[in-house]
Parts: sequence; C-alpha cells; structure tokens
Amino acid sequence: MKRRPAILVLEDGRTFHGEAYGSVGETFGEAVFNTGMTGYQETLTDPSYHRQVVVQTAPHIGNTGVNGEDDESDRIWVAGYVVRDPARISSNWRADGGLEDRLAAEGVVGISGVDTRALTRHLRERGAMRVGISSVEDDPAALLERVRRSPQMVGANLSDEVTTAKPYVVEAEGEHRFTVAAVDLGIKRNVPRRLAARGVTTHVLPAGSTIEDLLATGADAVFFSPGPGDPATADGPVALAREVLARRIPLFGICFGSQILGRALGFGTYKLGYGHRGINQPVLDRATGKVEVTSHNHGFAVQVPGAGDGAVVPDQVIQTEFGGVQVSHVCLNDNVVEGLRGVDVPAFTVQYHPEAAAGPHDADYLFDRFAELIEGRKNA
Amino acid sequence: MPKRTDLKHVMVIGSGPIVIGQACEFDYSGTQACRVLRSEGIRVSLVNSNPATIMTDPEFADATYVEPITPEFVELVIAKERPDALLPTLGGQTALNTAVALHEAGVLEKYGVELIGANIEAINRGEDRQLFKEIVAKAGVRLGLEDPSALVPRSRVCHSMDEVRETVAELGLPVVIRPSFTMGGLGSGMAHTDEDLERIAGSGLAASPVHEVLIEESVLGWKEYELELMRDRHDNVVVVCSIENVDPMGVHTGDSVTVAPSMTLTDREYQRLRDLGIAVLREVGVDTGGCNIQFAVNPADGRIVVIEMNPRVSRSSALASKATGFPIAKIAAKLAIGYTLDEIPNDITLKTPAAFEPTLDYVVVKIPRFAFEKFPGADPELTTTMKSVGEAMSLGRNFTEALNKAMRSMETKASGFWTTPDPDGATLENTLAALRTPHDGRLYTVERALRLGASIAEVSEASGGMDPWFLDQIASLVELRAEIVAAPVLDAGLLRRAKRAGLSDRQLAALRPELAAEDGVRTLRHRLGVRPVYKTVDTCAAEFEATTPYHYSTYDSETEVAPSARPKVLILGSGPNRIGQGIEFDYSCVHAVQALRAVDYETVMVNCNPETVSTDYDTADRLYFEPLTFEDVLEVWHAEDSSGKAAGGPGVIGVIVQLGGQTPLGLAQRLKNAGVPIVGTSPESIHLAGEPDAFGAVLSRSGLRAPAHGMATSYDEAKTIADEIGYPVLVRPSYVLGGRGMEIVYDDATLRDYIGRATAISPDRPVLVDRFLDDAIEIDVDALVDADGDVYLGGVMEHIEEAGIHSGDSSCALPPITLAGSHLAQVRRYTEEIARGVGVRGLLNVQYALQGDMLYVLEANPRASRTVPFVSKATAVPLAKAAARIALGATIAQLRAEGMLPPTGDGGTMPADAPIAVKEAVLPFKRFRTPSGKGIDVLLGPEMKSTGEVMGIDTGFGQAFAKSQAAAYGSLPTAGKIFVSVANRDKRGMIFPIKRLADLGFEIVATTGTAEVLRRHGIACEQIRKHYESGEGADAVSLILGGDVALVVNTPQGSGASARSDGYEIRSAAVSVDIPCVTTVPGAAAAVMGIEARIRGDLKVRPLQDLHAALRAGE
Repeated sequence: MKRRPAILVLEDGRTFHGEAYGSVGETFGEAVFNTGMTGYQETLTDPSYHRQVVVQTAPHIGNTGVNGEDDESDRIWVAGYVVRDPARISSNWRADGGLEDRLAAEGVVGISGVDTRALTRHLRERGAMRVGISSVEDDPAALLERVRRSPQMVGANLSDEVTTAKPYVVEAEGEHRFTVAAVDLGIKRNVPRRLAARGVTTHVLPAGSTIEDLLATGADAVFFSPGPGDPATADGPVALAREVLARRIPLFGICFGSQILGRALGFGTYKLGYGHRGINQPVLDRATGKVEVTSHNHGFAVQVPGAGDGAVVPDQVIQTEFGGVQVSHVCLNDNVVEGLRGVDVPAFTVQYHPEAAAGPHDADYLFDRFAELIEGRKNA
Repeated sequence: MPKRTDLKHVMVIGSGPIVIGQACEFDYSGTQACRVLRSEGIRVSLVNSNPATIMTDPEFADATYVEPITPEFVELVIAKERPDALLPTLGGQTALNTAVALHEAGVLEKYGVELIGANIEAINRGEDRQLFKEIVAKAGVRLGLEDPSALVPRSRVCHSMDEVRETVAELGLPVVIRPSFTMGGLGSGMAHTDEDLERIAGSGLAASPVHEVLIEESVLGWKEYELELMRDRHDNVVVVCSIENVDPMGVHTGDSVTVAPSMTLTDREYQRLRDLGIAVLREVGVDTGGCNIQFAVNPADGRIVVIEMNPRVSRSSALASKATGFPIAKIAAKLAIGYTLDEIPNDITLKTPAAFEPTLDYVVVKIPRFAFEKFPGADPELTTTMKSVGEAMSLGRNFTEALNKAMRSMETKASGFWTTPDPDGATLENTLAALRTPHDGRLYTVERALRLGASIAEVSEASGGMDPWFLDQIASLVELRAEIVAAPVLDAGLLRRAKRAGLSDRQLAALRPELAAEDGVRTLRHRLGVRPVYKTVDTCAAEFEATTPYHYSTYDSETEVAPSARPKVLILGSGPNRIGQGIEFDYSCVHAVQALRAVDYETVMVNCNPETVSTDYDTADRLYFEPLTFEDVLEVWHAEDSSGKAAGGPGVIGVIVQLGGQTPLGLAQRLKNAGVPIVGTSPESIHLAGEPDAFGAVLSRSGLRAPAHGMATSYDEAKTIADEIGYPVLVRPSYVLGGRGMEIVYDDATLRDYIGRATAISPDRPVLVDRFLDDAIEIDVDALVDADGDVYLGGVMEHIEEAGIHSGDSSCALPPITLAGSHLAQVRRYTEEIARGVGVRGLLNVQYALQGDMLYVLEANPRASRTVPFVSKATAVPLAKAAARIALGATIAQLRAEGMLPPTGDGGTMPADAPIAVKEAVLPFKRFRTPSGKGIDVLLGPEMKSTGEVMGIDTGFGQAFAKSQAAAYGSLPTAGKIFVSVANRDKRGMIFPIKRLADLGFEIVATTGTAEVLRRHGIACEQIRKHYESGEGADAVSLILGGDVALVVNTPQGSGASARSDGYEIRSAAVSVDIPCVTTVPGAAAAVMGIEARIRGDLKVRPLQDLHAALRAGE
C-alpha cells in the first residue's frame, strides 16, 4: 500500500519524513514520547494527552485493533500520533475495528515510518517541545513557521476543554459503602471503575464545580482526577482543594490531581525535561519500602522544599498550613516526587496512575487505602 | 535490604555437557553469577563437567571442579570446600535436580549448606505437576477470579498405564503427556490415537525419575506466551520480558519461532498474564531470582491457561536477557545474596535501578536450529519434545526485519525466503497440506502458501492456529516481492523499503537476476546510499542514555555508533549451535576478546547466538547482534571502520575469523576480497588446507604420508580408485564439512549403493575416496603457529576408539596414553611441516592416524578446533588467547616471555606424572524417535552426532575415564549383569576385558556366538537368544528393557551399511533404559579400567586451580 508522504517538524527545526497515518491534514501540539509496549487504545483516549502529539516508541502499533471496552474516555484526545510501523490488519478476539480507521474517523492526523527512536532521543536530550505534523504541506520551513506560532504547554489551562459538561454518577458494584465526589479535570474511566469495585459510588463533576456542588452529592470524600495542562494555571481546582482540606474531608488525587494538592499545600510545580510517559516506571512506597511498577503520564511534578533536580527528596515531615505532609512515593529513576501524604489532614495523592489502563496493577492497593481512609474518617 | 554478610563462600553448580534442551545459555548465566559473587568478595566454588565453558576457566571461581555433576561427586566437593551456601538455580535442570538429590540425601544438612535462590518446597511446587495445578488455582483465588480452576487444563497425574487409559477415557483424545522431572520436555508428546498414547505415555513413565506422567486436556493450537519474572526477598516483582510464540501450542517453545515482546495482546490481556504470573510466583514461593512461566491463550475467547513454570534461570531467560539488555542471571545472583531490585543499578543506564520493567523499541525474533539430517531415522515432526540443537536471535525495528535477519542467521541451505527454489511440484494444495505437520522451516512453507494464493485464514487454519497478524506480516513480504519483481528498476525508494522489511542483498538478487547476484545488489545499494544504521539495546526505549554499546542494524535515519579512535579488532562468532559447531567455538571467541582487551584493543564482537557468553554485552567492548552473513558482517565492519577513522583512529585493524568455526571461516575470502583486513591465517592458506589436491601437494613436498585417495564423479571411477587403494575406503562428498555424509565402505556393493544415494555428485562436486586405515589409533593435535613459523604443540590427544569414528564423537585422552616418544617426535615434525607448508598463523588442528608405526595425516584445519578448550583446561595454557595475540602479530617467543605460554616446553612435552584428562562426547540419541516411535540407532561413525562433551581429569587413566563416563552418562557399574554380544572380528579383542569383568564379580550374559568364545576361555556366562531368534525365555532386548542389565557391550556384526542394522534393537534398548552401551573393543577396555577405579574407590576431586598450579610449576 502506497501512503501519502508526510513531514514532522520540531520547533527547533529537526525534521522527520514519513507517511500519512490516520487522517490527512496538519496538526500541532507538544511532542512527547510514550514507552508503553501495550495499551495504545487507552493512551489515545486518555484526556491527559490533550494537545500533545504522542510518539510511540514501540514500533508496531495497531496490531490488536480497537475494541469497545478499552477506551478511557469517549474520544481520542491526542493532537497527533507518531508511529513507526502501523498494523495492516487487526488480530484480537475483542477487536471490532482497525486503529487507523478509528484515527481517521476522529480526524487524528498521524505520521508513520518515522525513526521514532531518533525522535525520542532528540526529545530526551532537548526536552519536550512543540511539533507539527503535516501530510498537506511539503515544505518543512513553512511548517516550522506554524509550529513556532502554535501554543506552548507551559501556561496552558486545559481542564475546561476536557472536563465533563454535566455531572454523572458511576454506581458502586455490589453493596454501596461510600460516596466520592470526583472533580473531572480529564478523568479516565478506570478510576470510577476501580472505586466502584470497592463499593464506592462516584459522582463525576465538572472542573468548575464549587465546594457546595461537591457537598451536595453527599460525598464522604473528594477525588481530584488526572488531566492535561500546566497545574500552575489551575487556580480554581487548587482553591477547591483548599476548601476540602480545610474541612478535613478525605481527599485522594491522581496525577494532575496530585499537583493540585501540592499547590493547595503551598508547594510549587515545575515542568520536567521530557516527562514520564510509560508503564514501566519504578516507584518506591516509602511507607513499606516496596517498589511498584507503575503507569505514568506526567510532564509536570510537585516541587517540595529541599528537593529537585534529581536530589533525593527529604523523608521528614514538611509543615504546611494544613499541618504536616510527607513525600510518600518517589520515582526511583530520577527521584521525582510521586506521592504526597498528609500527616495531619486526611489527604493523599500520587503522581502516577494506580488505575493503570494501560499499565501494571501494582498500585491498585491505593484505592484500598482511599477506602480505608474514608472508613477511618467515618468511624472517627 | 543490603547484601547478607553471613555468606562468605557460595557453591555454584553448572549444567554439565551441552545436550538438547540445555545448552550454552547456562554457561552464560553461570559465568555471570560467578563474576557477580566474586565481585562481592564471596569465595566461589564451582562444579561443572563441561570443559568448553567459560565459567570453568580458573579465573571465574576460586575453586573450579571439572567433575561430574552427580550427587556423589558434588558431595565430595562440598566435603572438601565446606561452602556456606549452594546456588542451584543457574545451572539448569541438572543443577536443580542435583540440589534436590543432595537435600534429600541429607548432604546439605550434614555439612550445614544453605540453599539460596530457591528452596526445596518451591522447587517441588514448581516441578510437581499436581502441586503446581493447585498453586495456580490458589493464585486465581488470590486474584479474585471467578473460576480459578479454568486456569489449568483439565488433567490427572498417572503412575501406570492403567491410570493413563482411564484418564483418557474421561478427557478424550488428543491429550498431552508430560513426564515429571525431566528437562526440555524430554519424553513428552501429544497423543492423537490410542497407539500414540501407549507409546508416549509408556516411554514417559520410564523417562520420569519418579515414574509419573501428567495427562492433560489439549490446548493444541492456542496462542503461547512466556513471561520472564524476577522477585527479590522484599517481594518486589518485575516482568523482564514477554515472549510470544509464532508456532501455536503443540510445538515445544524451544522448537518454536518466538517473538519479543508479545505482538498480539492488548494491554488488558497482557496485564492479566502479568497479574497471574506474579500471583503464581508468590504462591510457589520462589524467594529470590528468576522464573519463567508459560501460558496458553485461547484465541477465540482469551481464556488463559497456565502451562508451567521453571523456578530457575532457563533458556528463555537467556533469550530474554539478550532481547532486553536486562541480565537476569547476574541480577538473580545478586538477589540470592540478599540485595533487592531497587539496590541494584541497571547495567545499561547506570543511573536507574534494576527494579523496573524493560521496554523495547525493536522486535526480537528467535528461530531454532535443527539437525535432523544427522539422524536419518528420526521423526522430524515438531512436538512438545524439544529437538532443536541451537538457535539464533535477531533484532530489527519491525517484525519482518527481525524475522528475515533471524532466518538468514540459521546458516542453512536456504538463507531466507526465495533463496532456494520451491520444492518440485509445489502446489497450493500440497503446500497447505505440508503446513499441517509442524516442521523445521515451516515459515518457508507459510510464505509459499501465501504466494501461491492462500488466504491468511486458510494458512492460519492449516498451520493449526498461527496468529493472523504474523501471517499478514509474511503476506506483506509476498506483496513486496511482487513489487520488486515487477518494478522496471530497483530505485532508492523501493530498495530502502525492501531493506526496511529486512530483505538481504541475496534475497533481492534472487528476485532481480539482472543485478549480477548479491555483489551487484550491494554495489547498487551503496551507490544509492542505502546502508544500515545501528541502534542500541538499552532496556528503556531511549528514555535514558545507554552506556553500553550493544547494537543491531536497521534501516532508519540515525545511527548510534559512537566514534572511537582506538584500534579495533572484530571477532566473528560461530552463529547458532549445531552439531559440529557449538560452545567450543564461542569459548575461543570469548578468549580472543579477553586477550585482546587485555592489551588495549577495542574488541568488537559479532554474533547472533543468544545462548552464548560472547553475546553478553559485558564480554567485548562492543557487541553487534547480527547474522553472520557476508552482507551483515561487511556492514558492521564498514560502520566500525569508518567511524573509527572519522574519529582520527586507525579503524578496524583486523578481523578474526579462525576462532568461530566454519561460519566465519567461510566468509574469510569474500571479506578479504572486499577489502576487509583478515588477520591470522590468510584465506588462501585456509583454502589450501581444505583443498585435497593442494593439501596433498603440501604433504608430498614435505614427504608426509596420507592415506591413498582419489576423487570420483561416478561409481566406475570410484571403483577404480577403490581397487587401486584397496578396501575399506572412506567416502564423503567433497562439498560438505563436519563429516556429513561420510561413510566407511568395505565392498563394491556398498560403494555402488553409496554413490547411488549421493545425488548431488557432479564434476565440481566429486566424491572423495580415501583409503580407510583399519585398526589405527587416531591422534588429534592442536598447535599454535606464529609468523616466524615457530610451532607450539598445545596438546596431543589419543583417541580411545579406533579411527573411523568422527573425532567429535570419540573419547580421547591427554596426554596420550599409549604413544611412544618416537611417535610424539613424529607428530611434532609432521605438525611443524604442515604448519609451515600451509602458512598457518594462529591455531592449527591436525588429525593423524597411527597404524603400526606409520603415521598418516588425515586432515588439517588451520583454525580453532572443538578441542581447544579441553586442551587449554587439561594443560593450563590458554591456546585461543595466544592464537588471537598471534593473529595480531605477537610471536610465540613473546608470549612465552609474557607468561601466557610456558617459558619452555609445550603440550608435547608433558611430564610423565601429569594428570590425565579424558574427553567424552555426549550424544542425543534419547531425544529422537522414528515416526513409528522406535528409538534410533546409537552406532557411531565418521559423521559427527554429539551435542557436547565432558572432561574427567585425575591422576590415572582409569579414574579419569570413570569420571568422564559418570559426567556424560551416569556412573559405570561396580556390580551386576553385563550383556555382551560382539562381532566375530572383535571376539578376540573382547576376551581380556570381559574376563576381567567376570573376575571383578560381574555376571556375564552373552548371545550364542559370543558365549561360545567366552566359555572357551573359561569365562562363565549365561547364554541368551537374540530378539529375532526363536526360543524360550527372555531375549536380549527384553532383558535390557527389563532393567536387569548394568552395562551393554555390543559391537556391530558385518561391515558397511549392514552393520547399522545389526544390534540396533539392543543398542536402542540400552539407550531407552539409560544404561551405558559400549560399541568398540577399545571402549570396553577403557570401561574396564574405569570400573576398576570405581571399585578401588580412589576417585578424588581436585580443583583446576591446583592442577594448573602443579602443571605450571612442573614446567
């Protein structure tokens, strides 16, 4: 099959040639690479990838097609898709369609046949940066111009673009134990599913919800979801989290939600060089000393006092206006803060994805911890 | 959790000789383990009977025992060494079984030795089929699955044929039969019919040391997966690699084409396997280390069945280590001494920890290498019993690239699709029919079926369930082929696409005849600038910087070869293991790397065998995991040479081809012609030694004798030669090596028959007819030769069997046990003349036959031979290291001065009291069955059949021989019944050895003719009929099968082809009940000496370090 030529141009001018994949057209976003060897369908439908052009380091993409069960939201969110070898056929008993057809149907512009390893190495060395893909422009210089005019990720407030328009409820499986209000900043379907498995009914609320909206659900606890964008712009959710903390309502957050808690506690957030995106990241749970292999998708991280730039994060309790807080989890690859735990407030968050999808289930216990935290508060 | 401080001394058990199912991957893992333990300051004692291993090099352990891996000998070592702990998980099933036996015998307890890396309970839970089934169900409960019992095939453990029949009545056929506690699936199989059932279950019960087989529901045709996992003592678990089999369930994973990572699982399904694997691992209770779990997945609904787990490092873990860059054995050793995964740095990134899961941005394909041509009667159908003798792995940036590279790594006649013509009369129908029986090279059949018009669905059905995704990938090659054939010209775009799909120049040349063959394609390709780049295996898909130059080629835009100005030397490895070319050559290559690194060359290793030490990225400065074809090697050389020169250095100053066996040797001339600097013996000299006429001229110039010979292209010509030189004659095709197709012919009729069978004879491919020297002693010599023509005799080996048995299959003794000083002087003179006449620079192996006092030259090979590691270990001289240095210009005098070679003397001047080393070959007969299920013949001949070897070393020949037998086949008996049936011509020679055995208290049972002769010499013996003679009572075969015989002595009656049939039933019966079977008179004499040594009880163990110190001091 002969494909239409396409080009990929990074904001520093490096250009890759390939063939059109998915939709024909032109797209821009932040170039990031994902090292997962499975789970492209989950990745594509993860709202955290909104406005990002995802480079898959795994060379074969699309082998198992797409199916009706593995979407993490109701659409594909990536701004563009870069692969080396797209599958020609789908082979899996659950497949109900081909990936490329799905990409085309949702208007996702991609490029295939690219030296994705060279591109990944470039991003690793120079950091995540803006990128354009075009199968309608053949002049890299012209495309570069447009890349340089496209918006930056730093300073981007994207929650409103990915959040649910209306509240909805995901019922508990089996006996109902607790109610959780989840602030949707780009939530993945597997989060309420993992909560439901523990008897939690989840009320998913839009990003702009107020503390009153949260309380109106009768929530026993609040959840801040993962999502895209620069946490420094998330003033609304941060203020909301402060209200939750002040009321000592149990709080759990994942990824963007973790950065929200960090900022609510008064910590800073910063952009990582090229982020963590993959499903093989080792995280140390400092409470147990055990290592879990985890799913990551974050370009920003929490800055706690005394840490940063690869230095080992301090182990001691850090005082904040909401009392003592500890860094509960760190990434063993680069010492990035991967989790916060309130000593005096019933709040904890992780920077990675215990809900997995895609990725290993090693951190699934954190949903149990959340349930225990809620139960403890209820009993107290 | 840091390292344990209470472990000061750890004992490691290796895996012994190379056999099918247990090959050099355990040298790789054992070497890594020893290295790790020593670097942690722990004393290491090692037991391994295989001299061709790197791990048994004295520098890898504090005390190296090249002794049999039997509980008896390992206990002797424990008693002497008194280690704190025993690490049994790195030496395959052999080490694990030995550890269990030592535990059960109370030896470990008696000497206070702790088992580390595994515990007995976990080993039993992993190995015992019934226990394992329960474990899996418990793991399912742990995960909260609805129907945990669905995680295993329905099955039952049986201890008798009655139980087997009863079980099958319930489950229905087909069923799978798996004997307990055997390695590599030995004795297992699939029964489709009642006859199959009786046969396979019967031999399975016999093969199992506990007489137990599992009969289970068939999952034939399901998708097959493996996970490699590691666990530390803090219960951290990581999955190192997933492997998917292209051949669906029904073909042993060792015989399957496999791919890493898995290609056809969604994340949800992959994570289910991962969860299950981890749950099983925890439930089994593997404390620390590596483990491998196999799964079958129903392609229709995704039902997962757990097939088995190995609580140890395995062949798959070696593959996974090479495939990912995550060194499982090394990490397993660290975990065993107390480290946790997060405390161990990732070798390749150095900055990140080993507690993570490697991610690949390339595809890995492994293809097994078979040797059915060596075992004519054997059934070539692939089943659940492993039959392959080796494998090659390759890496590419997509599946087809990796697949095509792996296919051309096989070094079979076909070098990838389209490089040989389709079989005559191939049609779509017969091609699809052929797919139904799994066989060697099945992917060729798949491609042909698709090319002939079969749909993917048809091929998937005919192949018993190959996944459509893999088939579509092959279909993409069929489409590309059509485009290439149809294109008006091969332009840069199409050429680049072809190369990205992994097609070789040779494949393209086959499609475009106008391009003047492979050289024409290469010229065009270089002109168009289409050349490979080299990527790095880095465990992390480029997320972190890699510090280890472990490369593979691909056609992408950016290369990662780091410029270096150091002088570089390329060492070409030996490719996939096969019979005749195995670990011994890898040993020599690794030694070359070590020797050249030590004098500051930048060493660059090229090889494609994932089992080896040479492809450990820790071995050479740079590793290229590439096929050993002319094209692939030339490109590596170009990349290294040009980047070296660009960095201002000299580039590649030499390529070493003489250490990797026939594979690199076969490339030498073409590489030289292409401008590659071959160092060591020149390709012209290599050719000179291999060309009968030219070599004959060398011999006659120096007045050296060779057996009379001639070349024939027809029966008449052959008969004329035979009449002239006299029978018996040795006949062989001129165009093959390794003794392939070689036979000893005693008369005209057999000669006519041989010529009739040798189909490919032509004027360019004549048959060689040599006078065969009956009753001669065969002598093997390994020597070093430098540029000045100085010769160092490395070792002179005397074969125990008479000439006529391939040197690789014979046992031999070093120093020679019966040669006179005058013979040795003659051997030295002959060797020196040949060395100079041929122009050798490096290693030279010469085979001689001594008939009476006359020395004849049989053949000379100017390269490292199979015996180099044996000689090096027996004499304490690193011959391959010296050869590598000589290739780069060092002289023997220099090496003597440096201390690499002894200051004076050589292997021809060993002191009279030097210890005697015996090498014994290990044969794979037990693995093979005829299609009707009978054992195949064990008779040896001029064609090599052994897969590996062991060494026994002791003060006297008897002791050394006894050890070699114990290591290879199990101990010689010290009492019991001996069955004797010998050919008439051997009767005279047998009298003394048999009489001696009778005197030692053995009962002798003999067939009629043999019994008569023995009785005439006063040897009491029971007479028994042959199986085909009518009469009363048990016949010989049933006596042996009944387990009443401790040793069989049987030499074939008659001569030539008829010898093959005589005694066949007797010998195969001996093999099937696993008792020693002696087939020659000298072999019987040696066995007697070994038995005497055992009866005297003077078998002692002594570390190689001691032996070597004594040898060096004696010089």
